[in-house]
Amino acid sequence: MRKFAILAISCWSGFLLMSLELLSGRILAPTFGSSIYVWGAVITIFMLALSIGYLIGGRYSMNSPRLSVLCALHLASGLLILPIIAFELPVLDGIFEYTQDPRLGSLLASVILFFLPAVVCGTVAPYAVRLLVEDSQAAGFYAGLQYFFSTAFSAAGTLLTSFYFVLIFEVDQILMLLLGVTVVVAGGAFVMSKRIAP
Amino acid sequence: MSSKIMNTPFKKLALPLTVALGALCATAPAYALKTIHSERSLYRNLFVTEDGDLRCLTFRRATAGTRQTCFDKTQPDFLYFPYARMMIGSLYLNPNPGRILIVGLGGGTLPMTMRGILPNATIDVVEIDPAVTKAAKEFFNFKEDDKLKVTEEDGRVFVKKAIKAGTQYDLIMLDAFEDDYIPEHMLTREFLQEIKTILVPGGVVAANTFSSSGLYPYESATYAEAFGKFYNLKAANRVMWAQNGPLAAQETLDANAKALEPELEKRGVKSGMLFLMLNARQDWPDDARVLTDQFSPSNLLNTRVK
Repeated sequence: MRKFAILAISCWSGFLLMSLELLSGRILAPTFGSSIYVWGAVITIFMLALSIGYLIGGRYSMNSPRLSVLCALHLASGLLILPIIAFELPVLDGIFEYTQDPRLGSLLASVILFFLPAVVCGTVAPYAVRLLVEDSQAAGFYAGLQYFFSTAFSAAGTLLTSFYFVLIFEVDQILMLLLGVTVVVAGGAFVMSKRIAP
Repeated sequence: MSSKIMNTPFKKLALPLTVALGALCATAPAYALKTIHSERSLYRNLFVTEDGDLRCLTFRRATAGTRQTCFDKTQPDFLYFPYARMMIGSLYLNPNPGRILIVGLGGGTLPMTMRGILPNATIDVVEIDPAVTKAAKEFFNFKEDDKLKVTEEDGRVFVKKAIKAGTQYDLIMLDAFEDDYIPEHMLTREFLQEIKTILVPGGVVAANTFSSSGLYPYESATYAEAFGKFYNLKAANRVMWAQNGPLAAQETLDANAKALEPELEKRGVKSGMLFLMLNARQDWPDDARVLTDQFSPSNLLNTRVK
């Protein structure tokens, strides 16, 4: 059950990340267009944020790792969607006032809006691996399992968002949906962590 | 055993297939396009093809079906595609626009035609793909001049900058859609509001889009919300003429068409033909959803059947 909870968080974290990345392109397009630079900036910032998140999550997993902490990290990555919904328009308008260059503009906007949630998403992966691994012999196996679930759900998040969600919902509604499921997954895993805690 | 199963249907198909292939080979020379330029740009593959005197720009494989722009080398002023004539016809709403914005260059047909008709107009063109600008200049006689300039950037960014600079236009021509790709951020209520902001009162918008797909009612509802009543012209393409303010009456269009006749007819634009297609009636359901920056699945909708 404990492993199930960890993997559920891994799955949804992967889904959340790619769904958010895809939507970020749509959020920037009205202000900075959809030229190749805008997508380049979005992907750059997400990759950079993830890499930093991995480092932080890995380091943090050294201090008495607990499932409840993983739940908190996951919940935090979801809650950081709220500032995107609240501030996307003023932030984008403000940046456009400052620079009309789509390259600099979309880099700045991605940093302000998406960097933090992506960093926190990144912390989930190594922290989850640490919780899954019980002896170093099986470390590679569990790392592979975690990558498998989070990346497979990243694929699902990309596909469902781009093919279906955008056809039904508004961008902000999809963001709220992502946040809602994140709260449920993190909450469910937290309840489980209390039940099975020694 | 497997070969038996495989053989039966294939034998049946062999004769018709051979005949079909033979027929294809026999007719092929008539469509043998010569590719005189090809380039892989940041956004697409770009081909310039030639078939006798007809030179075309295409964005996919060098086939006849997906041509963006064509011009006949023996009559370069003639507008080969109906959509181009429908776009130029927007001059019937305002025959003398001093400042024109064209979003999407293609082979440069629209700006060069406008320059020919209106030698003194200031014409701004926005094109996202530098390779298109290069091909237009090299192969389609497109020329910039003192009052005709191309800016290479995203159309929506250009419009936002124009708002900031306070620039306004008498005519805006939106021609940024390809046959299989729509820049979705340029088909939303917010974008059309921005277009209205850079139009003078009474200024005209001509938009070249598609006539038949699941996108039709959404697109129509979005234009109607931004501009109110607009003129709709439907052929293989769909062109909309809208105005920032009350829409010019048919009598005004008739009078302007008469005055423009000498200039337009030699380019293949015949008002009689266009007026036959013209309609200002609503032919989409009242509850069609408006496209917005928050909801703009235009490409998905465009792949649906109407």
